[in-house]
Amino acid sequence: MQLLLKYRTQAFLLLALLVSFVVSQASDNIDGYVLQIMLVAGINIILAVSLNLVNGHTGQFSLGHAGFMGVGAYMSAAVSVEMGPSILGLLGGPSTLSHGVTFVIALLVGGLCAAVCGWMVGVPSLRLRGDYLAIVTLGFNEIIRVVFQNTSSSGPFGGALGMRGIPDYSTFFWVFGIAAICIYVVASMVNSTYGRGFLAVRDDEVASESMGVNTVRYKVVAFVLGAFFAGLAGGLYAHLFGAIDPKGFGFLKSVDIIIMVILGGMGSTLGVVVAAIGLTTLNEQLRDAEKFRMIVFSILLIVMMIVRPQGLLPVTFEKKRRKSA
Amino acid sequence: MSSVLELNDVSIQFGGLRAVGGLTFSIQPGELVGLIGPNGAGKTTVFNLITGVYQPTSGSIKFGGVSVPGHKPHQITKLGIARTFQNIRLFSSLSVFDNVRTAKMMHLRHGIAHSLFRGPAFLDEEAMIENEVFDLLDIFDLGKEASTPCKSLCYGDQRRLEIVRALATKPKLLLLDEPAAGMNPTEKEELMHLIQFIKDKFQISVLLVEHDMKVVMGICQRIAVLEYGVKIAEGTPAEIQNNPKVIAAYLGTEDGKGPLDA
Repeated sequence: MQLLLKYRTQAFLLLALLVSFVVSQASDNIDGYVLQIMLVAGINIILAVSLNLVNGHTGQFSLGHAGFMGVGAYMSAAVSVEMGPSILGLLGGPSTLSHGVTFVIALLVGGLCAAVCGWMVGVPSLRLRGDYLAIVTLGFNEIIRVVFQNTSSSGPFGGALGMRGIPDYSTFFWVFGIAAICIYVVASMVNSTYGRGFLAVRDDEVASESMGVNTVRYKVVAFVLGAFFAGLAGGLYAHLFGAIDPKGFGFLKSVDIIIMVILGGMGSTLGVVVAAIGLTTLNEQLRDAEKFRMIVFSILLIVMMIVRPQGLLPVTFEKKRRKSA
Repeated sequence: MSSVLELNDVSIQFGGLRAVGGLTFSIQPGELVGLIGPNGAGKTTVFNLITGVYQPTSGSIKFGGVSVPGHKPHQITKLGIARTFQNIRLFSSLSVFDNVRTAKMMHLRHGIAHSLFRGPAFLDEEAMIENEVFDLLDIFDLGKEASTPCKSLCYGDQRRLEIVRALATKPKLLLLDEPAAGMNPTEKEELMHLIQFIKDKFQISVLLVEHDMKVVMGICQRIAVLEYGVKIAEGTPAEIQNNPKVIAAYLGTEDGKGPLDA
C-alpha cells in the first residue's frame, strides 16, 4: 500500500492505460458518432496539453502547433500507406499484432519528424521573445501547409488533394493511451525540481540564468517535446479519419488549440484537459451553425478574459510542509 | 592568500560610452567589500560584467583562477557566483519554496529522464532537496511561509527571499545589488545584521553595491568608489569618508568644478 502511494504517478498512468484498453475492447457498443467525438476530444487533449508545455509552462508563445501536427500526420500516413504492406508482410501477414506494430512505427516516425522540425524552428527562433516568436512560429505553420499543398498531386502526399485511404488504426486505446502518456510526461516533468526550470524561464529569464538555469536548453526541450506530441496527435488524426489535406493544419487549427490552453488556464494541465473536452463537444454542438462557430469561440474567449483571466482551473500552490525527519 | 575575484584593467565600451574604464580590483576570501559611487557610475555594469551578462571590451576577470568572460551567466553561477537584483526579480508565479528549489536545480545529479521515470533515486533526491530548502528557509525564518506565493510576502521578506535563493546555489561569492533600496531604517538595521550573519555563517565573500552610506560604512571592511566608470578611491570606511576625491564626487568642489574638470 505504501509502495502504491510512493509510486502513485506511475500507478495512475497504468490505470489510465488499462481503462483505455478495456473501453477500447468494448467500443463496438458505443454509438459510432459519440465514439468519434470522444476520439477527437482525446486527440485535442494531446494537442492542448503539449502546447501548454510550450505556451503555458515555459511561457514561449507559439502559434504554430498545427504545423507540427501536420508534419506528424503526413509522415505517419506516408509510412503506413507506402511502407505498411511490406511491414505487414515482414511480420507474417495482417494480424492485430502486425497492424499494431505498423501503427507504432508510423506514429513514432511522425512524432520524431515533428520533433526534428520543432528543434529546427526552436534553436534559431528561441532567441526571439514574445510577439516575434509568435510571428516566426506562425510563419513556420504556413510554410508546412504550403509545402504539402505544393507537392505533386500524383506523389505520396497528394498536393492540395491530400492523402486518402490511410488505414483506420486509431482506436480508443491508442488515442487515450497516448493522451495518458502525454499528460504523464508533461505533468511529472513539470512537477519536479528539474521541471521548476520551465516555470522559472517563464517568470524571469534573467533571474533564471543567474540561478544556474540554462534557459536556452529548457526552451528547446519544451519546444521539441511539445512538437513530438503534436506529431503523435497528427498521426492519430490521420489514422482516425483516413484522409488528410493541407488545409486541416493551417493557422486556424493552431488558434483552436491555443483557445483550449487559454480557456483551461495557462500552465494548468487539468484545466487544459477539461477545456479540450469541453470545446470539442461545443464544436460538435455548433455543427449545424458552422458559420457562428468562430464568433461563439471569440465571445467565449472575451467573456473568459473579463470574468476569469486566470483560466478555468488556475494553477494552485502545492502545500509544502517539512516532513518530520 | 589568493583572491576569490580578480578584475584586472577591465573596460567596457557601449558605442561611444565608456561605462567602465580600466578597473582593477580584487576580493579576498571571506571579505565584505562595498562598491559605491554616484548614480550612473557603472556599479551595476560591474555586476553585469562579473556575472557574464556583459562581456568586457578589454581586461581580464578571474574567479578562483578561472577566466569569467566567455562563460554564459548560468555557467558562472555554477562556478560559484550568485547575485541579487536591484529591482527584486523573484519568480513571481512560484511559491517561496519553489523559488528556492529552482536555485537547487543545478546541483541535481539526475536530469529529465529521472523526472519522467520517477524511480527511487529520483524520490530520494527530491526529498533531499526538500530538506535542504527547508533548512535554508528556517535559518532565515521563512520556513512557515514555504507555501505562500512569493509575491504576497512583504517587501523586506521578498528582499530576504532573494538573498536566500542566491545562497541556495551554494556560492563562494555573493553579489548584492542595492539590497537596502526602499527599506525603512529598522529594516536597514536588520539587513546589516543579516549580511554580517550570512558572511560568517556561510563563510563566503560578499560584494555589496549600495547607496545607503550608513549600511556601507557600517559593515564593509573595504570600499571601492567608482565615478564615471573609473575607480577614484579604495580603502577602509574611515579612509573613504575623508578622501577629498570622494567628497568631491558626491558633493562637488567649492569652485563648482567636478573632479574630472581639474
